Amino acid sequence: MRTETDSGPGITGGVARDDIESNRRIRRVLFGCASITVLTTLAIFFVLFDNAASYFFGARITEILTGASVEQLVTFTEFFTGTRWAPTHATPAHGALPIIFGTLAITVGAAFVSIPIGTATAIYLSEYASPEVRAKLKPTLEILAGIPTIVYGYFAIAFINPVILGPIASRLFGINIGRYSMLSGMLVVGIMTIPMVSSISEDAMSAVPDELRNGAYALGATKYDVSTRIVLPASISGVFASYILAVSRAIGETMAVTLAAGFNANITANPFDEVMTMTAYMVSQARGTSAVGTVEYQSLFAVGLLLFLMTLSMNLLNDRFKRRFQEEYR
Amino acid sequence: MATNTNDDTIITTGVQQINTNERNRPDETVVEASDLDVYYGHDRAIDDVSIEIPEKKVTAIIGPSGCGKSTFLRCINRMNDQIDVARVEGDLYFHGKNVYDDDVDPVALRRKIGMVFQKPNPFPKSIYDNVAYGLRVQGKDDEVDLDEAVERALRGAALWDEVNAKLDASGLDLSGGQQQRLCIARAIAPDPEVILMDEPASALDPIATSKIEDLIADLTQDYTVVIVTHNMQQAARLSDKTAVFLTGGELVEFDDTTKIFENPNDQRVEDYITGKFG
Repeated sequence: MRTETDSGPGITGGVARDDIESNRRIRRVLFGCASITVLTTLAIFFVLFDNAASYFFGARITEILTGASVEQLVTFTEFFTGTRWAPTHATPAHGALPIIFGTLAITVGAAFVSIPIGTATAIYLSEYASPEVRAKLKPTLEILAGIPTIVYGYFAIAFINPVILGPIASRLFGINIGRYSMLSGMLVVGIMTIPMVSSISEDAMSAVPDELRNGAYALGATKYDVSTRIVLPASISGVFASYILAVSRAIGETMAVTLAAGFNANITANPFDEVMTMTAYMVSQARGTSAVGTVEYQSLFAVGLLLFLMTLSMNLLNDRFKRRFQEEYR
Repeated sequence: MATNTNDDTIITTGVQQINTNERNRPDETVVEASDLDVYYGHDRAIDDVSIEIPEKKVTAIIGPSGCGKSTFLRCINRMNDQIDVARVEGDLYFHGKNVYDDDVDPVALRRKIGMVFQKPNPFPKSIYDNVAYGLRVQGKDDEVDLDEAVERALRGAALWDEVNAKLDASGLDLSGGQQQRLCIARAIAPDPEVILMDEPASALDPIATSKIEDLIADLTQDYTVVIVTHNMQQAARLSDKTAVFLTGGELVEFDDTTKIFENPNDQRVEDYITGKFG
């Protein structure tokens, strides 16, 4: 953007000046649009911190800065190690561990579904599928990615849990499954994130230059060798990036997981038990009437802040992988 | 991976017969094309080519751009299979066995016929792993001493002295000429019979080119080399036999290199070589 107005042979003043002015205006408008996202992020960050502060310390950051008395209502030790989460109970408990467990368990379980199936799908699409098959399969996957998450939630509650998991639980383990279960949450979030893994991984694999494939085929490599020993290693940072995105999506996933896994905050090893994720807790509070300033209202922000930090760290990790990915093909 | 076990039975059956029966012939044919046509969709890239490529000699294929030289080369190890629209008609024999027969596994074929490409294409792996790749995918890493095989291949490609101290470095960190010699090392490591080279020096500077050319001359002690080149001086310097393809995928003349360059039969070949055409 050079906007200097050096005098020169007929290239200043008049039309040139108008162009320079309109360039500046356009630049300002575009910059304004771009700043909206940044400002929103900053605002969210501030609101989260501000309210979370009053959850832990009984005063907002703004109030603390102006000299309000600070009294630690909830200790970090209790928040991060307590095993009972009931901020709204008559005898409240502020141990977030059960809902952190719920979120992490669902995330890990979902990763066990989405990562193998998504990677295999990506390899199939990129290396094995004929153009006709690919032309049909890719749009189907994109449809899967476009289904609203609440629909997945009802799919879990109406099909996965009662029709698939119910009989398995009662016949094999003698457990009567309820409306919700952790396993159902894992499966539905896993299925939801398959398209994310497969489509981003497939992009990374397709970006591997054909020269590498041809080099391997010319050495007598089979398709399987080429897929696993050339294409996958060469695209590994892109593939990892897709895993991280899928995991961070699973952490933040709300509607489907709430309907699938339930509202009962507990730490359990039984996959047919109901668990509550951090997002499910926030939904359960949001649908009730938590008045501004109450502890349940503030707890929403504490949990929200933790969730935000978890997905943020995932995104930062993803950025690092992306950079490495770009370095590979100089 | 089933191909690991039966690659020999498919390809070498014909080898034994021909080796014993025709040993006395001065030029033993390794690769023979007979009335070979290749189409890309509806376009004909190779037009009725018949040629006999002799063993342990350098056969150069020259001709103007788009004349089907590379296409012909890729027919020999069936790399054209990778191109969806490519269709091959006619016969192409490797030691008397038609490589387009249904019972031929292209994977097994490519283990006998190595290839070096126009643009150096080392894998984004270490130098060592690049050279060992062929042995590993061919399941030979159990039979041979891998370290020894890698060293032999790198020496064979005249690269050992430059890289022996940094075998763990990435193949991508080498210079263009070194990368191409790495690719040659990679191709000879599994000890194929034939090495196809598709303009192997066209992306390299003159010094790197002359190293590759020296190397190709040495390779004929053990291998049959078929080289596609744009560079007529290179063909004249390097090859024993020269095939001239002209536009339309037609093989116009195939003879001893000296004959082609000094006294070609076909006027079009003379025009092409003297620069009047193409």
